Amino acid sequence: MSTTTVDTVDPGLTTRTKPTPARIPMSRLISVELRKSFDTRSGFWLMASIGILALVATGATILFAPSDELDYESFAAAIGFPMAVVLPIIAALLVTGEWSQRTGLTTFTLVPHRSRVITAKLAVTIGIGVVSMVVAVVIGALGNVLGTAITGTDTVWNVSAAELFYIIVANVLGMLVGFMFGVLLRNSAAAIVGYFVYSFALPPLTFLLAESQQWFKDLQPWVDFNYAQGYLFDGVMTGTYWAQVAVTSLVWLVIPLAVGLRLVLRSEVK
Amino acid sequence: MITVESLSKKYGGFAAVDNVSFTARPGRVTGFLGPNGAGKTTTMRIMVGLTPATSGSATVSGRRFADLPNPGLEVGVLLDASAQHAGRTGREILTVAQRTMGLPAARVDEILDLVSLTPTEAGRRVRNYSLGMRQRLGIAAALLGEPEVLILDEPANGLDPAGIRWMRDLLRGYADRGGTVLLSSHLLHEIEVIADDLVVIGNGRIVAQGTKAELLASAGTLVRTPDVPTLAQALTGAGVEFSTMTDALRVDADPDVVGRVALGAGVALTELRAAEGAGLEEMFLELTADTQREGVAA
Repeated sequence: MSTTTVDTVDPGLTTRTKPTPARIPMSRLISVELRKSFDTRSGFWLMASIGILALVATGATILFAPSDELDYESFAAAIGFPMAVVLPIIAALLVTGEWSQRTGLTTFTLVPHRSRVITAKLAVTIGIGVVSMVVAVVIGALGNVLGTAITGTDTVWNVSAAELFYIIVANVLGMLVGFMFGVLLRNSAAAIVGYFVYSFALPPLTFLLAESQQWFKDLQPWVDFNYAQGYLFDGVMTGTYWAQVAVTSLVWLVIPLAVGLRLVLRSEVK
Repeated sequence: MITVESLSKKYGGFAAVDNVSFTARPGRVTGFLGPNGAGKTTTMRIMVGLTPATSGSATVSGRRFADLPNPGLEVGVLLDASAQHAGRTGREILTVAQRTMGLPAARVDEILDLVSLTPTEAGRRVRNYSLGMRQRLGIAAALLGEPEVLILDEPANGLDPAGIRWMRDLLRGYADRGGTVLLSSHLLHEIEVIADDLVVIGNGRIVAQGTKAELLASAGTLVRTPDVPTLAQALTGAGVEFSTMTDALRVDADPDVVGRVALGAGVALTELRAAEGAGLEEMFLELTADTQREGVAA
């Protein structure tokens, strides 16, 4: 970078004037956001917990599952549950840290377009989700090979590529819910509580309602986000099911996310 | 160059910043002075786009902050040295900023050296930093991109006297090379030794601004006497504006005028001088008297 000395508009004063810098590229923002998700002890261990939980779940399946049930589906189910809990929390914390830790003061002065920072965080969230799922699939496969070798039973691969894809979609959707709560509430504790209420406290209630009210039971696939997501885990997706996932996502995910983004762009960063 | 024009920020009916206008010029250190809660921080936050203004505008080098393509290379900002993730090391915080701005990695070591943070200190997590170390780190982050404009909110907070001297020399050199510095403080003596220009704010409004020399000159005369009431009466008779303190008066007139009035009234004086130095402090207290929480202790 060359530095030249020129007269500025202010008469009588000369100042070092640099060429106008280029706009910060999105790729750089994404790499910085990725770095920020790993560079603290809490961030690092949260990320490491994905791998650790997958290993623990695999180990537990080998140890405790009856040998005739030791197939890839058991491993996928055992690993899938902790993933579905941890990934959305990671997504929420990626966003809320800027407010809860007050790093937003620096972040949003270095990048005054908050929408670009949030977009970079969204890219990192989805990236982490996909990579985590790939790691989980591989650890589960290794567990399946190892477990059946120990028990001496046949290695059964009873999860199709399509089913794995649905599970990845479901987990990314779950992460987006966490992300949405992060954007909407901008407070770590509140976002995590919000996510738990949404995903674990609400389903039993809608289940009870559907059991007692026939009209709700008929309507449920079109209004209950958790219920619609269940199809993805069941491994069979029809056009209707996809439509139900899309419709419920719009109401429960896209609209609150849009409201949250609006708040993020307009609010004061304290 | 920083230009603030008719800036206002209202929270409901409360005006945190009320029609504030001033300019911080290149080659000068501009001190932004006011008691706590006067609106300094809000004004600075509006400048860098963290708080939306209700009306008015603030520009840096002629552009709105949001229109700067890579703000870190043009404006160094330090608003709150404690607003960092406590679990990051000092070095990591600078590395994140360095990467965001797209600077070479070696710049982090250069800047750590400049603010006198040792490699061991830079490797420590920020939760273990003293306030003074956080301020140095914050100043390092602000200077990282070699910007032409610095906006620093209470940067001397937590620095020891040697640290304040260091910062004064740093900012002086920076301004002498053509940089624009705006720094705020609620402590007069801090800003008095650093600033060339002063903007004094109280209750969201600007109460005085000008060069330090101008403000000192307009501070008038300090006259001390055991007989304040008699002198006050004589000054009123002479039609001169003044304010009273316990055993002294600050008069808006030159010392020779005050001396003649005192002679005419036959009042003995213990001191008569142009109100400089400590006079600025009296001016500051007076300017902000009706807006300061504690009021002025007599």
